[in-house]
Amino acid sequence: MRGFVRLIVLLGLALVFVAAAYALLVYQPPFAPIPQPQRQSFDPALVARGAQLAAIGSCGVCHTAPSGREFAGGLPLPTPFGTIYSTNITPDHDTGIGAWSLAAFERALRRGVRRDGVYLYPAFPYDHFTLVSDDDAKALYAFLMTREPVRATAPAPRLPFPLNHRLVMYGWNLLFLKPGPFKPDPAHDAIYNRGAYLAEGLGHCGSCHTPRNIFGAEKADEKYSGGEAEGWSAYAINASSPAPVPWTAATLLQYLRHGFNSDHGVARGPMLDVAGNLGTAPNDDLHALSTYIAAQIGTPAAPTPQVEQQVAVQGARGKAVAAASADSQAVPAQGSGASDGGDEGALIYAATCSGCHSGPRAAPFGGIDFALSSNINGPSAKNLVNVVLNGLPATEGKRAPIMPGFANAMDDRQVAALARYLRTRFTDKPAWTDIESSLTDARTALRASEGKPGRSSAAGSTRPGTG
Amino acid sequence: MKLNVNKAQHDVDADPHTPLLYVLRDDLKLNAAKFGCGLGQCGACTVLVNGEPVFSCVTPIALLEGKAITTLEGLGTEDKPAPIQQAFIEAQAAQCGYCIPGMMMRAQALLQKNPRASDAEIRAWLEPNLCRCGTHMRILRAIHRAQRIMTTAQRGEAG
Repeated sequence: MRGFVRLIVLLGLALVFVAAAYALLVYQPPFAPIPQPQRQSFDPALVARGAQLAAIGSCGVCHTAPSGREFAGGLPLPTPFGTIYSTNITPDHDTGIGAWSLAAFERALRRGVRRDGVYLYPAFPYDHFTLVSDDDAKALYAFLMTREPVRATAPAPRLPFPLNHRLVMYGWNLLFLKPGPFKPDPAHDAIYNRGAYLAEGLGHCGSCHTPRNIFGAEKADEKYSGGEAEGWSAYAINASSPAPVPWTAATLLQYLRHGFNSDHGVARGPMLDVAGNLGTAPNDDLHALSTYIAAQIGTPAAPTPQVEQQVAVQGARGKAVAAASADSQAVPAQGSGASDGGDEGALIYAATCSGCHSGPRAAPFGGIDFALSSNINGPSAKNLVNVVLNGLPATEGKRAPIMPGFANAMDDRQVAALARYLRTRFTDKPAWTDIESSLTDARTALRASEGKPGRSSAAGSTRPGTG
Repeated sequence: MKLNVNKAQHDVDADPHTPLLYVLRDDLKLNAAKFGCGLGQCGACTVLVNGEPVFSCVTPIALLEGKAITTLEGLGTEDKPAPIQQAFIEAQAAQCGYCIPGMMMRAQALLQKNPRASDAEIRAWLEPNLCRCGTHMRILRAIHRAQRIMTTAQRGEAG
């Protein structure tokens, strides 16, 4: 009997302990709704600064659905755990953030907790935004609260148990959220530290460029060694960068500003939208960002002779006259890609790709020379397969590269033969092992997108039915 | 090499690099598909390969051995037009007409798969094809008309 009482007492104590822990640690109080702030109450200079910061954070890339209103949310974000939909961050009182105070906004940004106290999922990169300074948070708030309110409710996330319970994110935050503010590294100068603040914080480069662990958190010890985003492979931007010509701060600056650099080719996939946003950022910020990322990549060993030769050819291409086109389209020398079904791939390359990719037109009007391509030199065939199938669809209202897709003209065997050939001919890297799985994924995404309005960035929702 | 065009085998004496459009127009004298931009960006050259739309101007015949190519000529004749052709004639969808064969072929690919496609689906599907005369509303009307012809004919056949 005494044992029974003791058990009851112990259970009661445990319950009290759990309740106290919940109240003290897990529970997040709601912020009271505020009347929607008047536009005129925000300093125009602060709003303008907020616009630049929102571009650096690429807020609109995720918070805008295909053919949807800007910042109104609703974009499906596929994750390994399920699909999450971006939310409405326009200042609509009922469905957006119109009722959010600055304090509520800052908590969401830096701690991943909604105004009503509900935990957000880290598909929203608050693990990066936690570093955003007070001044920058204020400017972002001013910018978002002065956008046009749009009435739109995002679909509920589709996640399995136990992830459908948002409280689980308390544990995730405990393990993986390293709260800010940003601490500058005294070993580096102000520009480097400014770049670090932007890249690690608002820019959230690591969200795509760092691989994730089984909990979906970035692996701290593999920072910037390449990740995945929306069906695309995001290249390593540290010492293992696959770029045949090493990146420099100057080439990065041009790439981020214009979405293009002649040593590296064009931004596409989700990076096209990111570059489109960064292109509007102030030069000082972009310069700092490029300086920091270039330092992460470092200065690798001299390029291989193969690349040096290609760079020389690339340089000559710009000066070549149109008459060269007949030669440049000739079938490459027999045997250059003889291993692994190279002959069919060689024919496909020569007949389909070389007209633009080794023709007389200088980049960006001609395609990238594949010897320079991070894609062909990278560890995954994913991006190549995406581009061959979907091409680079024209982007609405923006200047951007174009390429027709070959999803309907080439069957999987032909795409695979082409991929194997390009890998053998233009690199000395080992054969890809993910060509077939990339094809399956890209075809599935393409079928799912049929009949839906185009969005250039995601392989899963590109315009259907291009040649 | 051998090409299967409109359900007939053709022996084509052309370099495998040759774009399908040139072979169709110059060798097989099938002139419905048009040369527009030559870059796969306007859709005037659209034909079907295994039922799916492709830009024939950027598709070398090397890719097409053993695949079924369909051009507008393969759908119907002047005397016996296919539903899509009949609908475009009835809706008088052509202004200058240069984009129309490509429009019809891309629409045909959609309606073969889904004759009840919604207006939004039709608009999204036809995005890659350009019309410089601005007859888009008539083209859309013609495609909806073709849907009616196709679905009523199917109903008739079924019983």
